[in-house]
Amino acid sequence: MDILRFATAGSVDDGKSTLIGRLLFDSKAIFEDQLEAVERTSRDRGTEYTDLSLLTDGLRAEREQGITIDVAYRYFATPKRKFIIADTPGHIQYTRNMVTGASTADLAIILIDARKGVLEQSRRHAFLTTLLRVPHLVLAVNKMDLVDYSEERFEEIREEFTQFASKLNASDLTFIPISALHGDNVVSRSESMPWYQGPSLLHHLEHVHIASDRNLVDVRFPVQYVIRPHKTEFHDYRGYAGQVAGGVLKPGDDVMHLPSGLTTKIASIDTFDGPVTEAFAPMSVTLRLEDDIDISRGDMICRPNNQPQVSQEIEAMVCWMADTAKLTPRTKLTIKHTTRTARALVKDLHYRLDVNTLHRDETATSLSLNEIGRVSLRITQPLFVDDYARNRQTGGFILIDEATNGTVGAGMIL
Amino acid sequence: MLQHDYTTSQLDVLEAEAIHIMREVAAEFERPCLLFSGGKDSIVMLRIAEKAFWPAPIPFPLMHVDTGHNFPEVIDYRDRRSAELGARLVVASVQDSIDAGRVVEETGRRASRNRLQTTTLLDAIEEHEFDAVFGGARRDEEKARAKERVFSFRDDFGQWDPKNQRPELWNLYNAKIRKGEHIRVFPLSNWTELDVWDYIRREGIEIPSIYFAHTRSVFERDGMLLPDADVVQRGDDEPLFESLVRYRTVGDMTCTGAVSSSAATVDEIIAEIAATRITERGATRADDRASEAAMEDRKKEGYF
Repeated sequence: MDILRFATAGSVDDGKSTLIGRLLFDSKAIFEDQLEAVERTSRDRGTEYTDLSLLTDGLRAEREQGITIDVAYRYFATPKRKFIIADTPGHIQYTRNMVTGASTADLAIILIDARKGVLEQSRRHAFLTTLLRVPHLVLAVNKMDLVDYSEERFEEIREEFTQFASKLNASDLTFIPISALHGDNVVSRSESMPWYQGPSLLHHLEHVHIASDRNLVDVRFPVQYVIRPHKTEFHDYRGYAGQVAGGVLKPGDDVMHLPSGLTTKIASIDTFDGPVTEAFAPMSVTLRLEDDIDISRGDMICRPNNQPQVSQEIEAMVCWMADTAKLTPRTKLTIKHTTRTARALVKDLHYRLDVNTLHRDETATSLSLNEIGRVSLRITQPLFVDDYARNRQTGGFILIDEATNGTVGAGMIL
Repeated sequence: MLQHDYTTSQLDVLEAEAIHIMREVAAEFERPCLLFSGGKDSIVMLRIAEKAFWPAPIPFPLMHVDTGHNFPEVIDYRDRRSAELGARLVVASVQDSIDAGRVVEETGRRASRNRLQTTTLLDAIEEHEFDAVFGGARRDEEKARAKERVFSFRDDFGQWDPKNQRPELWNLYNAKIRKGEHIRVFPLSNWTELDVWDYIRREGIEIPSIYFAHTRSVFERDGMLLPDADVVQRGDDEPLFESLVRYRTVGDMTCTGAVSSSAATVDEIIAEIAATRITERGATRADDRASEAAMEDRKKEGYF
């Protein structure tokens, strides 16, 4: 059994909570005491139906105001897979939360109300999903019951969205007509839409192939921690611990250390449970090398004939997340990229992107909360980077405000 | 050409993620510690720590906030396991906090030291200057926890501000703090109760005996089975009876209920949990029943 992480985008009006509630309920991930609590609260408030959003809105302020503030993580499993849902709220701090939820997602579900069709927000969701390189996108056309399960309406929406998506680099796009309220095509195929020949949403989630979404080609091993036991038994032991970010490593492979450029071979790949014959993402392992090289946290191990770019000048799309501070040229920040932390200076803001129209505003002089723009950074130390499109681990970074220590930006290297 | 499809099982993915988190903390903080109560989640967390730094020893101490109301079987297990690993165990005692006048003991039948633990915990963090504290909490446990970060920032009063959390992207964790502040770290954030049990089975980890079915003298209160023990105040209207029970969570004797069960092995426990329709905290914890936001309120003050 493997894990599929997916993000859901849409507002309560699109039936997102109903959909999540149904997935959790039908997979028995909602328990009786949770359901009772939700039913009680719904009754107390005089709502006609059981408000399943109460299951996900965990904070007092959220329940009081009837809004979702933050990304909530939900878990359920079927005999085929374990699922982690990053449930991102529809309105408040939308971009910040969606970007956060999408950063680790294998798949995103965008909900569209069949009556309303492709709205500005659907386009915004799709854009952010592709900006974060979520490999699989599902357009769940919901409330099909309210358009008489019309194939024509579904096809209209599919066509309109496909046209828009062609501008986006959306990779794997799947359209599923559903009714979350009645359960059509959510867990099992609907009898009300015999014209639809595809899988139900859950069937798709269970079977979508994600193993090859990881980069298994470019060997990237950011050194996280040096293990030196100082025990008689392991007197000369020196291991480089980390989580594989790309490629497949095997004992005996020629590898190169960055920044030194020195080459050596992998002597062994160690784990607590014994040595392994190969390591690939997302395994956490410890490498031992044949030669003594001075290696520390923040360094990179790769293949001599396949190296990341070593650079102190970075071009990236940055999503700005600070509540008050703005990103402007000359802003100084801390950057964390893989296991390396350095300082960064904003050299230039090339443009600000309107996430609704994709218009590039080249006259922009700053980025405020939830704005996205193309930025040039100068870093105090070389970073070992790949294009985010090629590797999400070695292409993504966060920016930290040096005064408040808050995480104020997320970047994707171009 | 690829020889196989490089699929990774859910437990391997969760373990790799938790190991990565532990190594980040060991690399980025001066003085981390790991909260070890002898409960199943902290047992799993300790195994992960063992794996993350092997063959080196775990590079930080363990800490237990001892209310004095713990199950003796669990305290035995705690001491035995830490000795086995050669780990340093810091015990912060709620009784000491009471004696020093830092907190006042609750009175009455429902008196519990649950809430008092927060003061003892925060005092110990300050005394030992811990800057990162590993906890075994999981997001599937409780709805306030569903929104908590893996690296959860605490101000210099130890408080959690749920509305003002740092965004957390990819596997990049922000470890920046000022002196006096600290980070609570939850390596098992993405695990479910069933994952924890599956992992205990896979790893063959020993757990305290009270997790398995045993006959115990108990009484019923609010639909929960509480144990017959000196520290638990029982009224005359709460008669004792013998019952075959086990514990699904391990906390204080005063507020942790047993569940009726005949599960005597890890396999039987897993079968039981897979079939249950009630959450672990709902079934067994009086401390969460105070209100809808009981956990959130305690967490804001600095609770685990």
